[in-house]
Amino acid sequence: MVGIIGYGTQIPRYRIKVEEIAKVWGADAEALTQGLNLYEKSVPAPDEDCTTLSVGAAKNALARAGIDPALIGAVYVGSESHPYAVKPTGTIVSEALGICPYVHTADLEFSCKAGTEGMFIALHLVKTGVMKCALAIGADTSKGTPGDALEYSASAGAAAFIMGTENIVAELLDTHCYMTDTPDFWRRENARYPEHGGRFAGKPAYQKHVFGAVEAILEKTGMKPKDFDYLIFHQPNGKFPVQTAKQLGFTEAQYRYGLLTPTLGNTYSGSSPMGLAATLDEAGPDQLILLVSYGSGAGSDAFVFRTTKHLLKNRDMAPRVRKQLNEHLKYLEYGEYAKFRGKILKPE
Amino acid sequence: MKEIAVIGIGITKFGELWEKSLRDIAVESAINCLEDAGTDRIDSINIGCMSSGLFIGQEHLASLIADYLGRLDIPSSRVESACASGGLAVRNACMEIATGVSDYALAIGVEKMTDVSIGKATYALATVADQDYEAFHGITFPGLYAMLARAHMERYGTTREQLAQVSVKNHYNGSMNPNAQFPFKITRDTVLNSTMIADPLRLLDCSPVTDGAAAVLLTTVEEAKKLKKHPLVVISGFGSAADAIALCHRKELTELMAVKKSVAKALKMAGKTIDDIDFAEVHDCFTIAEILVLESMGVIGPGKGGPATVDGYTALDGKFPVNPSGGLKSKGHPVGATGVAQIFELVNQLRGNSGKRQIPGVKTGLAQNMGGSGGSSVCHILEAK
Amino acid sequence: MNVPRHWRETPERYRMEAAKCRKCGKISFPARLICPACSNKVFDKTNLSGKGKLLTYTIIRTAPEGFEDIVPYAVGIVEMEEGVRVMGQITDCDLANLKTGDKLISKFRRMNEEGKTGLIMYSYKFVPDVGI
Repeated sequence: MVGIIGYGTQIPRYRIKVEEIAKVWGADAEALTQGLNLYEKSVPAPDEDCTTLSVGAAKNALARAGIDPALIGAVYVGSESHPYAVKPTGTIVSEALGICPYVHTADLEFSCKAGTEGMFIALHLVKTGVMKCALAIGADTSKGTPGDALEYSASAGAAAFIMGTENIVAELLDTHCYMTDTPDFWRRENARYPEHGGRFAGKPAYQKHVFGAVEAILEKTGMKPKDFDYLIFHQPNGKFPVQTAKQLGFTEAQYRYGLLTPTLGNTYSGSSPMGLAATLDEAGPDQLILLVSYGSGAGSDAFVFRTTKHLLKNRDMAPRVRKQLNEHLKYLEYGEYAKFRGKILKPE
Repeated sequence: MKEIAVIGIGITKFGELWEKSLRDIAVESAINCLEDAGTDRIDSINIGCMSSGLFIGQEHLASLIADYLGRLDIPSSRVESACASGGLAVRNACMEIATGVSDYALAIGVEKMTDVSIGKATYALATVADQDYEAFHGITFPGLYAMLARAHMERYGTTREQLAQVSVKNHYNGSMNPNAQFPFKITRDTVLNSTMIADPLRLLDCSPVTDGAAAVLLTTVEEAKKLKKHPLVVISGFGSAADAIALCHRKELTELMAVKKSVAKALKMAGKTIDDIDFAEVHDCFTIAEILVLESMGVIGPGKGGPATVDGYTALDGKFPVNPSGGLKSKGHPVGATGVAQIFELVNQLRGNSGKRQIPGVKTGLAQNMGGSGGSSVCHILEAK
Repeated sequence: MNVPRHWRETPERYRMEAAKCRKCGKISFPARLICPACSNKVFDKTNLSGKGKLLTYTIIRTAPEGFEDIVPYAVGIVEMEEGVRVMGQITDCDLANLKTGDKLISKFRRMNEEGKTGLIMYSYKFVPDVGI
């Protein structure tokens, strides 16, 4: 038996409202809020990045797992905003957590899917018995081009999961992946901002891969949408996951706990993992969860988890996602936000 | 141990000396000092400078200054103890005389601070703090004293107005000092409305960035008696002491232990108590520093420094005049020069040469020179004989 | 070149590793070779909990090089649960509401960088302990 033994998240305290961004670029705020179900997003403080959010989330996961950090045999950090182009994030995170030196680390990148990639590897490594525990983190502080549609959603946050075989809070029942080469979004080396295919990112990209992964795992497990208590999809905005869930026959009751984007924004690699964490915050024992990520480029990882009685035991050892999402907030004006995000150019 | 006398004093104008280099002002102060002494004899050069490396990219001052003084024939050394470097140079010169190694020992304090941007000057001054555990976290020199000020205000009820009065008093004294950088009076409201630098300290709570140098020539009392150019002034006691430079490693935040210890040592050596001292030049790099120093020296009880300042206790005509020169606040604070400039003021007062700011009838004065936020302190006691 | 200088402080800056005197139990942060309380020279490693209360603080408005873009920011002395005092920045706080006695908790944050292409230096900072 393998599964999640501890989970934790970290969300910056700063927020910017969609209206505030729209005001600067002369955009129709209502079209964004109503059309994309997107109201505000998190913004990292100037002293936060993918590494610091990863450490914060992982500390919370460790607090819930209640294990000696040295038991962790692998650390995987999935992100598209690793602070260095060359130099691992994983070693910084491992050192900060007291996991070094007997550990395998890797930095992963797959647009918004890098977080579940790490979870996939960590779960299967523990399953093979190579190590007792493994830590997987999805973290991002992504940037959208000023004025572009993605600027309204690209946000910051991290979710961390410790996988193990003892005191499991959510047992892994199965996984399935669905990948094709579909260039709907990318960022080239040295490019400050990413580029995307506009509406091409919808049907042939997000929808096709999420559909593909869901249909494959349902067939593999012999389950039906109604069998699940909870559903989490990747959430680039508040519209895609809801629309896709409904098309596949899922209901609001299943996805509502895991849907964070309307007030969090898209935390990229942290997005669906954060949704899973928010779901674990609410779930009871012996409930079925379907998690399906999506990363541009493109692919989806699907996971089926079943919660256990251990879920409730240590849940209060770390803050819940919605506490981080709703408390101690500070709203920024666009100027402060632009400064925080390095969007104001100064001489080098 | 031989008895020590001060026979010559020299100083430059303090301020933004755009046309002068470090070597220019160091040598100028020495020339003024030797002219005052009426002798050219020097057996050793003792230089105090805090950070010529960061301010002008120049170390190895001992030989540089010896060369420009035209004295490559005698030993020259430079000492550093942050802003107490000047005081420490005087102490070293005292040791030269007391031990008989030199018969005539020159001490020069110098700092050239205005050749760098304010950001670089702030960085250089912050090196007085623990680099790895204080400065790394973005603390500044005013920031350290601001934390001490807050602790003092919260423990004793010291007020912003009381802090401002230190500045008002010192500017009043400095208005009569032609060498001062800011020789003008200011009001309490000007201090209280000046720009916030590090809460609760404002711009006019802080001593300025200054270029300047000062020099003193020491010899034995025996030699001094032969010269007879000036009334005899002796250094009857000196003391220096250290404390943790990191504020978080101090036991107390409302008392400066290095000051307490250095003053006690100097008084013991001079065979005096604090009540025997007529006046003092103390290290008011920030308004709170003067209050902390007065309390740590035992001039005033703990927490009483603020009210005493407002009551005029430390004014020029008060019971215990403090910083008749204008202090670091008005006179300026070329960090390495300050400790020597304090001796300059003491000697002039004891000779009765301080003009409009002369305190009548003073016989015994104390100079207290501090390093950093109290990580070191050097004290000298001077007497007119 | 700050790399080795920063790197060697990794245990302290990344996870607040301190040294506990094996003789008198006094905790030193950062680690020392001689116990300031009893002069003993044998220590055990211990990590500070990160929890403490604010003893005194200031708000820096004129910053040294490298910190200019984040003014105004708070720096304070924090008395940790273990009795050790640590100086650090207080981030994620509302400066006007900060007061001595506030409960704080350490977080792992970016402290500085050697320009836009150089080393990123991480360290502990403190934030209000609001359970987030």
